[in-house]
Amino acid sequence: MLRFLVNRLGQSIILLLIVTIITFFLINLAPGGPSSTMRMDATAEERQAMVENLGLDQPVLVRYVDWITNAVQGDLGVSFNTSEPVTQRILERLPYTIELTVFTIIISVLLGIFLGVLSAIKRGKAQDHVINFFSVIGLSVPAFWLGLMLILLFSINLGWLPSSGVGSRGGEFSLWGYVSHLILPVLILTTTVLPNIVRFTRSSMLEVISQNYIRTARAKGAKESIVLYVHALRNALIPIITIIGMLIPRLLSGAVITEAIFGWTGIGTLIIEAARGRDYPLVMGVTVVITVVVVVCNLLVDILYSRVDPRVKNV
Amino acid sequence: MDKILEIDNLVTAYQGKEGFVKAVDGVSFDLNRGDTICIVGESGSGKSVTAMSIMRLVEFENGKIREGTIKFNGEDLAKKSNEEMRKIRGSRISMIFQEPLTALNPVFTVGKQITEAILFHYPIGKKEAWRRAEEMIRLVGLSDPKARLKQYPHELSGGMRQRVMIAIALASEPELLIADEPTTALDVTIEAQILELLRSLRRERNMSIMLITHDIGVAAEMADRIIIMYAGKIMEISDTQDLFDQPLHPYSKGLLDSVPRMDGERGVPLNSIEGSIPRLNEVPDGCRFSPRCPFATEKCHEEMPPLEFRGTRQVACWHVDQLLENDSLSNDRKGGEFIESGIKEPSY
Repeated sequence: MLRFLVNRLGQSIILLLIVTIITFFLINLAPGGPSSTMRMDATAEERQAMVENLGLDQPVLVRYVDWITNAVQGDLGVSFNTSEPVTQRILERLPYTIELTVFTIIISVLLGIFLGVLSAIKRGKAQDHVINFFSVIGLSVPAFWLGLMLILLFSINLGWLPSSGVGSRGGEFSLWGYVSHLILPVLILTTTVLPNIVRFTRSSMLEVISQNYIRTARAKGAKESIVLYVHALRNALIPIITIIGMLIPRLLSGAVITEAIFGWTGIGTLIIEAARGRDYPLVMGVTVVITVVVVVCNLLVDILYSRVDPRVKNV
Repeated sequence: MDKILEIDNLVTAYQGKEGFVKAVDGVSFDLNRGDTICIVGESGSGKSVTAMSIMRLVEFENGKIREGTIKFNGEDLAKKSNEEMRKIRGSRISMIFQEPLTALNPVFTVGKQITEAILFHYPIGKKEAWRRAEEMIRLVGLSDPKARLKQYPHELSGGMRQRVMIAIALASEPELLIADEPTTALDVTIEAQILELLRSLRRERNMSIMLITHDIGVAAEMADRIIIMYAGKIMEISDTQDLFDQPLHPYSKGLLDSVPRMDGERGVPLNSIEGSIPRLNEVPDGCRFSPRCPFATEKCHEEMPPLEFRGTRQVACWHVDQLLENDSLSNDRKGGEFIESGIKEPSY
């Protein structure tokens, strides 16, 4: 276990380094810079002063080395636009995104496995076709369009749900206020991952059901529910866990769009602000945090994997 | 004699693309309590489907019992509801399968898989079930039962896994054990051990065994009575000694001739039956074996011979008398030493 963790830690550090290099050079390649966000009537001297002030007159390589030297010491720098520490800005926003994604993951995994199993058991019957139909729609309809349509329906026409915001945080807590703001964003985010889980569960389940050990279970006199939910599902879960691990990055990128539509003040809106304002330290900070989250989630998935499948011995 | 199993005119069909295909077509035979019967045939002869029909497991694999009765202790299994059948499966009739490597669930321990089989059918506590599982492990000849129960299938060899399968099958003390090619995937020394284990268990427990094999050598060692199947039909049913002394059906004769013999002449190529078994959707008219039969006549190609009694034996061939005559002129067959079988069973 320890050896495995050390190994993975080494891999993660290399990965993180590569991600930061790519991101750093990419944002510096993008046209414009912090000075382009200044007022229209700013003079060339004023713009030059700002560039020098932020240290942007240095070569990119030097700036990267400076940044990474500070970053490994835990200092992600100061936001160009607000002059607040990047770490602080991220920590303010991170809980909102975690809230959104955790709810989405829980709902998607539970519902996805349930629907996937149902679809596999009822293969070729009406239930299967209905589930398949909605899965394809979920996969092919873009989240931003669906989000706008749902706002139009539930917020504008019916007036049931708020169209944006995170609810009255800090103020008096109201359960409905909290839940009502969550419903639409979670729903949209769910549509980006749920169909994948459903379809994958279905095919995994179908493959497992035709295995010899399922016939053995029936030959022992197991009830059909035990055959399906104990003997088959436990085996079908193994590849599903992998897929869930692979969906986590998609979930985080989905969060960017979802948060933008619903004015959800999480990491997703933060990275949009950062990119628009050419706030280099903030872009880098958010990138690092998201990368770390993905790496940690994948590590958890691998550990979980070895718990479900006794044949995996690496942990 | 007390019959544990009486099968009459069993027809089992699978849903294919062009309607139903009959994998078992009008099979009838009996099994006496405490006896071992062997069904011998090539792949696709319907022997496994016969077993799966008795267990009523065909229904889970797109198959259906279309006709016939399967009387087990006088009760017709073909008419039982799924729930009634579930209670019989694994308790009064158990089955072990050909593929020990894949027949055990990879994510559960051996202990869980044995105790489960007991707990499905007996209202006893978990502790008691584990104690019995330990006993079963010892019974099937595995060392260190406590450690074995905690192991996962992938930690065991093929032979050990087949012993675990047998332990599962015997855990609830069945009256009838169906073994579908239990030793095919194992090497010869392990095969001999497993067969010896089955023989001793049968003696100790007065269990009836239905053994399915493509290996007529295995049948010779194990069976009281042998059923020869071909393309979904029974060709011959004979007591083991009778069959080896004098096969009645040309197909049985072909099978016996294709077995290498210790006392055979060296350097002479082994006999084999020309051609291969027909696919289920293209069975020939008349006798199913006629296209491959060296003795086939016009009549054989047109009309399927019925399975008819000849003393204690049954055979389905138009030319039995003629064959017997030929044989008595030229044959010097005696029950020889049979070593590894020669029937060709395509890859697994």
